[in-house]
Amino acid sequence: MASTPPGKTAAARDDGFPHTGSNVSLRERAYRIRRHALRMGEVQGQGYIAQALGIADVLAVCYFHAMRYRPDDTRWEGRDRFLLSIGHYAIALYAALIEAGILPESEIETYGADASRLPMSGMAGYTPGMEMTGGSLGHGVGIAVGVALGLKRKKSDSFVYTLFSDGELNEGSIWEGVMGAAHWRLDNLIGIVDVNDQQADGPSAAISSREPLHERFRAFGWHTQRVDGNDIDAVATALDAARAVRVAAPRIVICDTRMAKGVPFLEARERNHFLRVEAGEWQRAISLLDETFSGGAVS
Amino acid sequence: MSGAPNAEAPKQRLTTSAMIASIAAPGQRTASAPFGHALVALAKSHPGIVGLTADLAKYTDLHIFAQAYPDRFYQMGMAEQLLMSAAAGLAREGAMPFVTTYAVFASRRAYDFICMAIAEERLNVKIVCALPGLTSGYGPSHQATEDIAIFRGMPNLTIIDPADALEIEQAVPAIAAHDGPVYMRLLRGQVPLLLDAYGYRFELGKAKTIRTGNDVLVISTGLATMRALQAAEILERDSIGVEVLHAATIKPLDLDTIIAAAGKGGRLVVVAENHTIIGGLGEAVAAGLLRAGVAPKFRQIGLPDAFLAAGALPTLHDRYGISAEAIARQIKGWL
Repeated sequence: MASTPPGKTAAARDDGFPHTGSNVSLRERAYRIRRHALRMGEVQGQGYIAQALGIADVLAVCYFHAMRYRPDDTRWEGRDRFLLSIGHYAIALYAALIEAGILPESEIETYGADASRLPMSGMAGYTPGMEMTGGSLGHGVGIAVGVALGLKRKKSDSFVYTLFSDGELNEGSIWEGVMGAAHWRLDNLIGIVDVNDQQADGPSAAISSREPLHERFRAFGWHTQRVDGNDIDAVATALDAARAVRVAAPRIVICDTRMAKGVPFLEARERNHFLRVEAGEWQRAISLLDETFSGGAVS
Repeated sequence: MSGAPNAEAPKQRLTTSAMIASIAAPGQRTASAPFGHALVALAKSHPGIVGLTADLAKYTDLHIFAQAYPDRFYQMGMAEQLLMSAAAGLAREGAMPFVTTYAVFASRRAYDFICMAIAEERLNVKIVCALPGLTSGYGPSHQATEDIAIFRGMPNLTIIDPADALEIEQAVPAIAAHDGPVYMRLLRGQVPLLLDAYGYRFELGKAKTIRTGNDVLVISTGLATMRALQAAEILERDSIGVEVLHAATIKPLDLDTIIAAAGKGGRLVVVAENHTIIGGLGEAVAAGLLRAGVAPKFRQIGLPDAFLAAGALPTLHDRYGISAEAIARQIKGWL
């Protein structure tokens, strides 16, 4: 069974905010998400670890501040939906789902193994809490449009979040979805773009000009914010605003993140879409992460 | 395959068949917009049904649903990737989307979105597409001559190709009752009505004998079944007995029925379809018969492996071998 996240109280559980009253800070959640991800990376000897470390702060805010869900009932109708468009970020989402008590920590050891519920690219049919099959990029926004329309049909007050990446903005289907969401005034849809300027063949900005992103989304009719995605308070404030603002439009939070954030020697490594980590380096990375966290020196 | 140009020039000047051209012959009984009316009727008792289209409501008969249920209709604009993704999202939230566009756009442009967003998760989305095969005079941009070949390889997807208005009307509730993704080829507008005269009833997954005959077994689907029945009448004048086995469900294919019929009594077996001879019903039947060790004399009637011409449908159907006369001619030549 799923482990109970530290600090969860029985009373807080029914409203869908299992972290209410928790004495665990968002900073500690992000640290633990990074740690779970590194442990999975070590199990498999590979993984999109730089992206996971980069997006950990955003996921901590989503799962321990912004989103409504019940760890023991991932199909609960009242939950906020989270659509991971970038399927290769699965390692990051699994880490968040483990921290949220949706997946047991013991499954870290199965990451990427035959018959595991944690395949290297995220698929809805495999993992509790994984709400779409991603990986063929450019799908998340369009599916989110349908989910948002479906939630409105049911008069649900849930939000649908979708996480996609700057590289993914190359896909024309993203922009079909961006236009559709604005046309249908989907104020229950919150997009999060991870801008880490890295994709398979190199820096995203060099592969396909992406800026000015803020102006682009605003011109498409979205309520737009851009923040440092590794600044937990800024991300939390932005997601609060995205939920609370009273405009009949979809919302986007553009998050500039740093690949491999939190593990200095990996951050310093030449940036790479599929970061190479040697066998002995996983434990070194975890130790560094632990030291940095307990020393209070993050960011 | 007889793809040779027709030697007999048409007597009257035929103009390009419009996008919304009917495939009905002059004087043929028809029903109007059977899909739209059947969907409206079903939607009364199925509140989860919603309709989505990509700027083609009018040309797929979905406008009738849109008028009856404006709150359940989603115009997604000319954006087929969004169309399929949004349908997936609505299905995830418990709706039963009926999605319409042209077969060319669903199969060629939106494939990945049908495959990964809908089929991989076995979502309950019904994809209903007009202009299947050669039912438009606009040329390759509108002629989905290879849609079945494209979709047959997609796991979880049920594929049907109804023959007439009666079958479309019956197929709509049947595909709604099936829990999973379906691709249906649609005849729209004034749609020929003929299967009522044979006492036919559509059953998902079942091939049905519509007409019996001792010399030839035609296994057909969609519009080709109508033409095969007409060809059978022509051949009967020459005392050639043609049986027509209609396989409206192309996937999963009713191989038990097909193998039993093909194994009976040394008849010529012909598969007829409004589709390229590559990757459609013909090859599916051939592989099924071979696997079962049944080896009758076997021929295919279908569209050639080519980008087809624009023009008038009667001319094109005759030229490419799927008019009643062309089918009768080909069968006679094989006997």
